[in-house]
Amino acid sequence: MSMNEFYTLNVNGQPMQVQDSWVGESLLYVLRERLGLPGSKGACEQGECGSCTVLLDGQAVCSCLVMAATAVDSTIVTVEGLDAHGAELTDVQDAFVQQGAVQCGFCTPGLIVAIHHLLEENPQPSELEVKEAISGNICRCTGYGRIFAAVEQAVAVRKASRTS
Amino acid sequence: MIVAKSLDAALIALREHDDARVIQGGTDLMVEINFNHLKPTTMVSLRHIPELRTITRPDGNTISIGSGVPYSQLEIEPVASVLPALAQASRTVGSPQIRAAGSLGGNLGTCSPAGDTLPVMFALDADIHLQSSDSHRTVSIHQFMTGVKRNVKRHDEIITAVDFPIIDGWQGYSKVGVRNAMVISVASACLVADHKSGDVRLALGSVGPTIIRCRETEQWLKDNASLTHNSVISPDIAREFGARASRECSPIDDHRSTAQYRRHAISILAARLLQKAYS
Ligand SMILES: Cc1cc2nc3c(=O)[nH]c(=O)nc-3n(C[C@H](O)[C@H](O)[C@H](O)COP(=O)(O)OP(=O)(O)OC[C@H]3O[C@@H](n4cnc5c(N)ncnc54)[C@H](O)[C@@H]3O)c2cc1C
Ligand code: FES
Ligand code: FES
Repeated sequence: MSMNEFYTLNVNGQPMQVQDSWVGESLLYVLRERLGLPGSKGACEQGECGSCTVLLDGQAVCSCLVMAATAVDSTIVTVEGLDAHGAELTDVQDAFVQQGAVQCGFCTPGLIVAIHHLLEENPQPSELEVKEAISGNICRCTGYGRIFAAVEQAVAVRKASRTS
Repeated sequence: MIVAKSLDAALIALREHDDARVIQGGTDLMVEINFNHLKPTTMVSLRHIPELRTITRPDGNTISIGSGVPYSQLEIEPVASVLPALAQASRTVGSPQIRAAGSLGGNLGTCSPAGDTLPVMFALDADIHLQSSDSHRTVSIHQFMTGVKRNVKRHDEIITAVDFPIIDGWQGYSKVGVRNAMVISVASACLVADHKSGDVRLALGSVGPTIIRCRETEQWLKDNASLTHNSVISPDIAREFGARASRECSPIDDHRSTAQYRRHAISILAARLLQKAYS
């Protein structure tokens, strides 16, 4: 396996160098093991669980299925890079905490990214649209009820801030 | 890694590197790599080639879809109203994350009998464009897919686009799996009712080494029913149509289901699609 790939990724607004890497490495691996960004989680490495979800050119994708070296000239946003507008937590993260939507927390980063993406595209999603948007994110702990409650809270908070 | 910015650059890279593999969304290839089934040495990325992401209407009767177009685009306009069966099939693929990355060309490159867009191509008699650095050919989907994960594409060729005829009629896609989201099909069917020619075409997925076109069943229907846009299909005809389709496929037992269940599922899917087409 030759470790001869050198390239630059644009992650969370920063150019980041990847050196001496193998061509087959996934974006998830590169983010966690080479770029010091362990927020994205890896569980299945086959696109089934969504815990590795990141935004690639504004689309929510599984970073375990993105070949990292193809992601040059793209913008990558990980859970670490979501805009909290100066606060410690984003509104979605805050809603997860307040609604008790985190148990073991393994699915949480992927869900946070997927829900940020949903609310950017569709600020007032119906219940069905929320379910569809997170159908690629598996949570084995919560049973999803508190996750839906957290989405509801985030929607309400954003709506209030738009109208005030 | 060669990140091609144009089709020409990708084709030259393929010609110059015998070991090169192309990658579009990565949703099939990366699973193989992550599980050590494949150890690539040279990759050619097609992600940044705008020519592969276009949707055009080369003439009034054809819509041509670039191989790099992801499912998330196939589910919506301008594709959804022209190719409703392709949009329906695309909505059943994986999850939103998979549909944002996975592409039409990747579904053809992998050529699994469970590939959801393939029955649509078989029912509509789609044509596949294959380009190499010095040649171009158009192959009917019926010739393109030759077996389980096998097709006639050569190493130096890239699938550039798929041409779908635009029909005056009805088309639909149905799939059976163990749940709604994130599921590889156990059995699937695409039915096209072409009101102009008075033909019904039926293609089945996951029930044979390739997608199966039910030509005998189609002919039987044509001989036994009127197929204009205001025809009515009786429940008896629909049931017999389904039963014949289930005999025309050749499913196997595997980890996803049994041959017997698959045949049963096909008889129901085909009958329902036919009744929907004429209701
Ligand atoms: C969790 C999960 C769920 C899935 N669910 C479904 C499902 O429900 N239905 C379904 O049909 N599929 C499903 N898939 C499989 C996969 O998403 C599809 O087959 C998809 O269309 C592959 O497209 P891609 O662009 O990601 O292909 P890639 O992985 O990039 O490539 C796949 C193959 O095609 C070749 N290739 C790609 N583009 C070209 C081209 N332009 N020219 C020549 N060769 C090319 C590659 O070399 C490779 O051999 C699923 C996959 C995952 C991981
Ligand atoms: S680790 Fe990527 S989807 Fe599970
Ligand atoms: S909180 Fe444990 S997997 Fe979701």
